[in-house]
Amino acid sequence: MSQMRRFLSFRDFDWTLLGMVLLLCALSVFEIYSATLHTKYTGFHSKQVFWIAGGLVAMFVFSRIDYHRLLDWVPWAYGFCVLSLAAVLVPGIGHKALGARRWIKIGPLLFQPSEWVKVVLILAVARYFANLGAKSLTWKEIFKAFALVGVPMLLVLKQPDLGTTLTYAPILFAGLFLGGINWRQAAILITAGLVLVVGAWSSGKVLKPYQKARLTSFINPDSDPRGSGYQIRQSLIAVGSGGIWGKGAEKGTQTQGDFLPIPHADFIFAAYSEEHGFVGAIFVLLLYFLILMRLIQNAQTAADLPGSLIIMGIVAVLTFQIAVNVGMVIGFMPVTGIPLPLMSYGGSSVLFTYLALGVAMNVRMRRFVN
Amino acid sequence: MVFDKVTRGEKLPSVKLASVQYAILLMMLALAAGLWRLQVLGADNFRVLAEQNRIRKVPILAGRGKLFDRENRLIVDNYPSVSCFLVREQRHDVDVDLPLIARGLHLDLDQLRATLQRYRRAPGYQPIPIKQDITADEQAFIAAHSNELPELETIDEERRLYPRDGFASHLIGYVGEVSEEMLNDPRYAAYEPGDVVGKSGVEESYDQVLRGQDGSRDVVVDSHGREVGYLRTQHAIPGQDLRLTIDNDLQRAAELALGNRDGAIVAMDPRNGEILALVSRPSFDPNAFAVRIDRAAWNKLVMDPSHPLLNKAIQAQLAPGSTFKILMSVAGLEEGIAQNLHVYCNGGADFYGHYYHCDAKHGAVDIHNAIPDSCDTFYYTLADKLGIDRIAAYAQRFGYGQKTGIDLPGEQAGLMPSPQWLMKNYHRKWYAGETISVGIGQGAVEATPLQLARIIAGIASDGHLVRPHVVFPDQLPPDFRHAIQDSFPGSGEANIPIPPEDWITITDGMAQVTEPGAFHTAGSAHLDGIDLAGKTGTAQVMSHEALSHVAKTRSTNPNVWFVGVTPRRNPELVVAVLWQNGEFSYYPARIGAKVVEAYVEKQRKLAHNLQPTKAPPPPVEVGAVWSVPDPQDSGRTTRIRAGHFFVNPGPGALSDSRPVLSRKDTVNLPAHRPQPAPGPTTLGVALPELPWNWKKP
Repeated sequence: MSQMRRFLSFRDFDWTLLGMVLLLCALSVFEIYSATLHTKYTGFHSKQVFWIAGGLVAMFVFSRIDYHRLLDWVPWAYGFCVLSLAAVLVPGIGHKALGARRWIKIGPLLFQPSEWVKVVLILAVARYFANLGAKSLTWKEIFKAFALVGVPMLLVLKQPDLGTTLTYAPILFAGLFLGGINWRQAAILITAGLVLVVGAWSSGKVLKPYQKARLTSFINPDSDPRGSGYQIRQSLIAVGSGGIWGKGAEKGTQTQGDFLPIPHADFIFAAYSEEHGFVGAIFVLLLYFLILMRLIQNAQTAADLPGSLIIMGIVAVLTFQIAVNVGMVIGFMPVTGIPLPLMSYGGSSVLFTYLALGVAMNVRMRRFVN
Repeated sequence: MVFDKVTRGEKLPSVKLASVQYAILLMMLALAAGLWRLQVLGADNFRVLAEQNRIRKVPILAGRGKLFDRENRLIVDNYPSVSCFLVREQRHDVDVDLPLIARGLHLDLDQLRATLQRYRRAPGYQPIPIKQDITADEQAFIAAHSNELPELETIDEERRLYPRDGFASHLIGYVGEVSEEMLNDPRYAAYEPGDVVGKSGVEESYDQVLRGQDGSRDVVVDSHGREVGYLRTQHAIPGQDLRLTIDNDLQRAAELALGNRDGAIVAMDPRNGEILALVSRPSFDPNAFAVRIDRAAWNKLVMDPSHPLLNKAIQAQLAPGSTFKILMSVAGLEEGIAQNLHVYCNGGADFYGHYYHCDAKHGAVDIHNAIPDSCDTFYYTLADKLGIDRIAAYAQRFGYGQKTGIDLPGEQAGLMPSPQWLMKNYHRKWYAGETISVGIGQGAVEATPLQLARIIAGIASDGHLVRPHVVFPDQLPPDFRHAIQDSFPGSGEANIPIPPEDWITITDGMAQVTEPGAFHTAGSAHLDGIDLAGKTGTAQVMSHEALSHVAKTRSTNPNVWFVGVTPRRNPELVVAVLWQNGEFSYYPARIGAKVVEAYVEKQRKLAHNLQPTKAPPPPVEVGAVWSVPDPQDSGRTTRIRAGHFFVNPGPGALSDSRPVLSRKDTVNLPAHRPQPAPGPTTLGVALPELPWNWKKP
């Protein structure tokens, strides 16, 4: 232990990554300020600053805890997660807001377990596949992995929270892909998955009608201009009208006129694109790209398989969220309520991202340990 | 077990990591492409959409031009009114609010839904008019519910106020909401749903001038429809006021003279074609159209067998009867036949194996007493000698069967039959007997009151025919002045000189028509001290044979005509009167005489400065003259009711100074018109010009 501490220093901390992350967060705070300027959410940017500060603390704390110890704790954490997700569904304990039971109320604090489950799942999947080694997987092992991720997914879907449910999936897929699934198995799984999705869609029991409407309206927003199509339509108008250079901070008519739904959270990228144009939007995408590449590089240089798998799990979740959120804003994807990591306003989202990055830092700092 | 002990060792294959990197790169490129598509390629389009989102165009409605009579007296005014519009918000579901709106605005819910349905295709930023002319308590309802019903908006506008009792209603016309059929017409390309548009009369033909141009104000709104600010205001350009050629006094006289008889009166100045009065009966109240007319009232107007919406002065095509004999006389004299034609009238004559009736036994008849006696036998013979081709040629030259080109919509052309026409339309040969009927204006001959006024006044003016009009053209923009002539084609102005002896023969004959005590056809129209010449007409609606088989009722009565001019030569006034099923032609002659009398009385007063009009009136409260058509009320004792409308005509409207005719004035003829040569007559003396107040010495 004493030897380990000698190797461990903040010189090995990924300052480049942190710099890019903080730059993104700064853009986020400014955009939240602009987007909430004339709304009842005024002041949310300073709240976001506190969340970021809290996230940074969590990040440093988690970078200090050896990820192997985290992996040791995972079975307990996983059990706790499943329990808390189940507890959310119990009317007495779970707090209901906006028609969904997603929160547990502890005193004045609202606690959303589904966000933390992500970190635990990343660790659990990493641990599971690391133990299998980089060899071919048997069908039994694959189904075990499905069960591992599937149980919390079903519980979150029950809340209902389709967006978060979907974010768990890339953790599983990344694990399977990196954990050694072969092409034949992948092909069979994809086929089975398609059949299941089509079946679930047409059975009408898995998804609620409003969820279905949200998932399809992005294809033709004008089919329902007042309902779910409205958000997509307004988002497209916001992004498109931004043009190349944007309308300027605090000058986006879609954002300021309250036409854009939740412009500080789920649709912050639309607000940002309207006010800062194509140039600004590409800059943000570039930052995300560099952050992801940096993380993959860290996964490459990690000391062992579990470390790599942890980082790749984080990469999978972040990539998925970026793709779905930005895709939603520009009309490629349905409205799912998935926040844009590091940009959208929201304590849970910020804390999760920083926590995950802390774990990634942790892996990087221990790359020379063995 | 899922959770085995943590092992260390292998590393991830770098191929897999590289493929993940490429996948992320691909995803980023796809997102960047999406942004490019929206922000670079689609930017202009989305910018427009963003503007439409936040800017609500609130229309500022242009006031419609007012209508004045020739002496700048107000005929059609506007009054302020408030209309309620519905603004469609993308976020706000209007359908839920409809029951509340219907209750608050006293509307029928289904009708309201139907209105909204009609506007489904219209662009979203365009407000839908849902109720016009709302009351004060409805305004209060909208104001009180501005939070719950942000989609309701009120707009101040001006609404038409027409004279009461249908005064000059056919001439003025009415306005209404532009219909869907009209919007599909390229002529109305510039109109939008909900626009008010002239639908008849002057309101229709001069709509472009009267309507002005609506302005708008760009209001910045947020997604809840709350007003955040204004961008720019484009002021409305009010419509141009128009001065009509109508003389309110004469119009009133004509309305009263016709009373509630079915028919029409046209009074025109034959020197220039200015319509001085135009009446059609039965009438309607154009104010009913100013606010949207309800279906029941509309159906009642349309289904009424007497066609109140029909402007009979220009749309009733009826057999002209004996008034056609004036044209026959012209044709006969110019062809050299009538001068030497002497007929003995024994109450009718045989032609082609058929007996044709005359209304009396006139004895020896020549052209001089054929007109005042209206001897059918004479004209049967004349028609037989002229033949249909020559009759038709003369009739068409003078304007039978052609539109006059008056600047009112829907004018009818009448009909002048000819063998060619019959062959073309009915594929049969012309029977010689038909020529005999045509000779007295029966058979297939049809004419409108306006046509007869123009033709007979034209003959009395030595063949100078004019294009009638109801609006002084000098106040119109040049291109519109040309356009109005193109859109109402007709025979227009024409000059067909008549040899002076023939002209004098005919006009003297017409003057004898009204001679009292001579048992001529229109002694009833005699006016002391006024030189009134004219011709009556009685057009059977059924043949003599058919008439003898049916019970005599109102509808079997003949249509009766009178066309009078004053003075007899180069008249300054022509009056055509039609009384449908009026039975005896001296009735319309009496009606026409009343109009002529009103005109002459007024000119006399003007000549003696009893009625000041020359100076442009200062802004005074004079009011439109409302007529009270009361058949019992004679013209002289009619009350003139002054309204309470502040008249402040624009400077342009005051430029007119109508030449006031005094008894010494000679008729002011246009330069191109040949002055009738005062040549030797049968009497061997040069005839002086006869003013209207010429009296037999």
